[in-house]
Amino acid sequence: MSATARPLGRRIRGPSALGGDLRRMLQLALTLAVIEWKLRFFGSVGGYLWQLMRPLMLFGVLYIVFTQFIRFGEGVRYYPAVLLVGIVLYTFFADVTGRAVTAVEDRENLIRKVAFPRLVVPLSVLFTAVFNLAFNLVAVLVLVFATGVKPQASWVALPLILVGIAVFAAGPAMLLSALYVRFRDLKPIWEVLLQVLFYGSPILYVIEMIPTSSLQKAIVLLNPLATMLVQARATLIDQDAPNAWDVVGGGHLLAIPALIVVVLLVLGFWVFNREAPRIAEEL
Amino acid sequence: MSQRAAPAAVVDGVSKSFRLPQEKVHTLKERAMHPFRRSRYEPLEALRDVSFAVERGEFFGIVGRNGSGKSTLLKCLAGIYRTDAGEIYLDGRLSTFIELGVGFNPDLAARDNVLINGVMLGLSPQQARERYEAVMDFAELHQFEHLKLKNYSSGMHVRLAFSVMVQVEADILLVDEVLAVGDAAFQQKCFEVFSRLREEGRTMLFVTHDMEAVRRFCHRALLLDRGEVVSVGKPSEVASAYIDLNFSSEGAATTRPEERLGDGSAELLEAWWEDESGERLPQLRQGESCSFCARIRFHREVSHPIVSVVVENESRHPLMATSTEWAGIESGRFGPGEEASFSVRFENAFAPGRIYASPWVSHAGAHGIMDRWPQMATAVVTGPHISGALVDLPHEVRLDSGERTLAGTAPR
Repeated sequence: MSATARPLGRRIRGPSALGGDLRRMLQLALTLAVIEWKLRFFGSVGGYLWQLMRPLMLFGVLYIVFTQFIRFGEGVRYYPAVLLVGIVLYTFFADVTGRAVTAVEDRENLIRKVAFPRLVVPLSVLFTAVFNLAFNLVAVLVLVFATGVKPQASWVALPLILVGIAVFAAGPAMLLSALYVRFRDLKPIWEVLLQVLFYGSPILYVIEMIPTSSLQKAIVLLNPLATMLVQARATLIDQDAPNAWDVVGGGHLLAIPALIVVVLLVLGFWVFNREAPRIAEEL
Repeated sequence: MSQRAAPAAVVDGVSKSFRLPQEKVHTLKERAMHPFRRSRYEPLEALRDVSFAVERGEFFGIVGRNGSGKSTLLKCLAGIYRTDAGEIYLDGRLSTFIELGVGFNPDLAARDNVLINGVMLGLSPQQARERYEAVMDFAELHQFEHLKLKNYSSGMHVRLAFSVMVQVEADILLVDEVLAVGDAAFQQKCFEVFSRLREEGRTMLFVTHDMEAVRRFCHRALLLDRGEVVSVGKPSEVASAYIDLNFSSEGAATTRPEERLGDGSAELLEAWWEDESGERLPQLRQGESCSFCARIRFHREVSHPIVSVVVENESRHPLMATSTEWAGIESGRFGPGEEASFSVRFENAFAPGRIYASPWVSHAGAHGIMDRWPQMATAVVTGPHISGALVDLPHEVRLDSGERTLAGTAPR
């Protein structure tokens, strides 16, 4: 064929994680995310309300237990707001990573039938969770005002914290969705790890309640979600609450949780990118 | 230096194998329990050094038996599988139809399904929304647009999916067996669309079992067997190569003795097909003389038994039936232990494909059956041309324009 020296079209190299057109990738991920989000409460009478109920119910139960039974939240200013913000942000992280585990298998039908950048699959899971978060944040805002928190200039930092959690979730999401195809027991393992993360992050409690300062430090340094929750409380709810750098004793140490986020992101992408060409065959 | 445009598709030395794990180690636990057990893989070579080129505007058929690698080839072209070796080049916008309605969700109404399917097939979300009306017009489903897809009949489902496909503007279409679905009216619509696409100069690579469709639409075709290219060329040649391949390598006989019945007065011992020279053959050439033969042994004394045979094709259509009675043979008396040979000789005008002979022996008059053996002997008819008819009777064709008369005969 090369003997005739005719020009050739573009080379088809098979599937990859990113695969060329970034715009199309975003369009695809967004379309899938919107449809998926619609599907979650399509046809139910309560519709979106049910989606909102999940964090609110959890919040309600925990609130009653920890303020009426075990007087846990008594010394904490705006405890309801702290609790709800923690639950909503944790739910976002759990939503992204928990659904990402089986995402590739859930989209098997598409992966085996159409060529598209494979990264679309975990990305659409992330987008769906972002829509949910946006709606849940409305409920958070209502409660935050109801508990008497005043709007503050520091609120502008909130998007930064949200992006931080999204980026932190993206790494494990890519890693889990790529590896689940081969290791099916990642699903129960990850469910357990998410539970550990729930109790290992200042959601029910606030960081100052941890008895020793070295343990406080360790949690904030090793758990990026804890770092961001501490920061969320300080910027969104109570400016007198300790900052992440107050807890660890110096802003430069925050490079450690940042590094964890970046390492997970790079590792997640590297693994996903490596698995992407053959993911359709392994299913 | 050639200034010609690039071919629409070039496949150069493509190989692809799959690793089939012999024991699938699926969980970390299993791996932890047996750390030294290597997971062994059995390679399956789905494509071996496949090369061909498809010109712009060409309709190109890819045919082959199940497991011949044709769908794998299409998926490599589509970019769904990565090839192990070789290169694939495509020139133009590509759209892939491995399945109708990719991404359809039964819980959504038409609009969302059109959107998601259109986007999966390469439209932008905006384009997909703009073309929604056109899709529904073509599908004639406007009155059902608010119905969830799961409440659609399968016919409506297919119509919707096909209508989206038609809306996708691609220069190169990769189509896998899409025509195998739908009723006759829908298939007609498909054919019309294909003809239109053909006239518009689109390029299509299309995987199918349907030789008739290949002959009707394709400029050229490719025959794959066990991952290798057997032939590339004119559809009629490839189609007949396909028939040869499809039947020659199969076992000679697929008899069904379990359906045998009769009172046991006579027994069909053996049956076979033979050619003019009397040689028993699994293949018979169209247009040549051939015979069906059977040997019978009688176990009781009978008078004037009748031996019959019906010849059927693959889809169980009877092509020919005859008997000693019809041929005016007074068969006379047979005692226990006596044998007889039965044969039917004729010019083979059957269409290429597999044929089955089902003989039976019956009593005179009341026709009680002594022995019947459905599909006792089988053979494959080979021929140069697939007409799609059940039989290809020798005939003459004339075209007379007043000044000149053109004539030809077929089969040739």
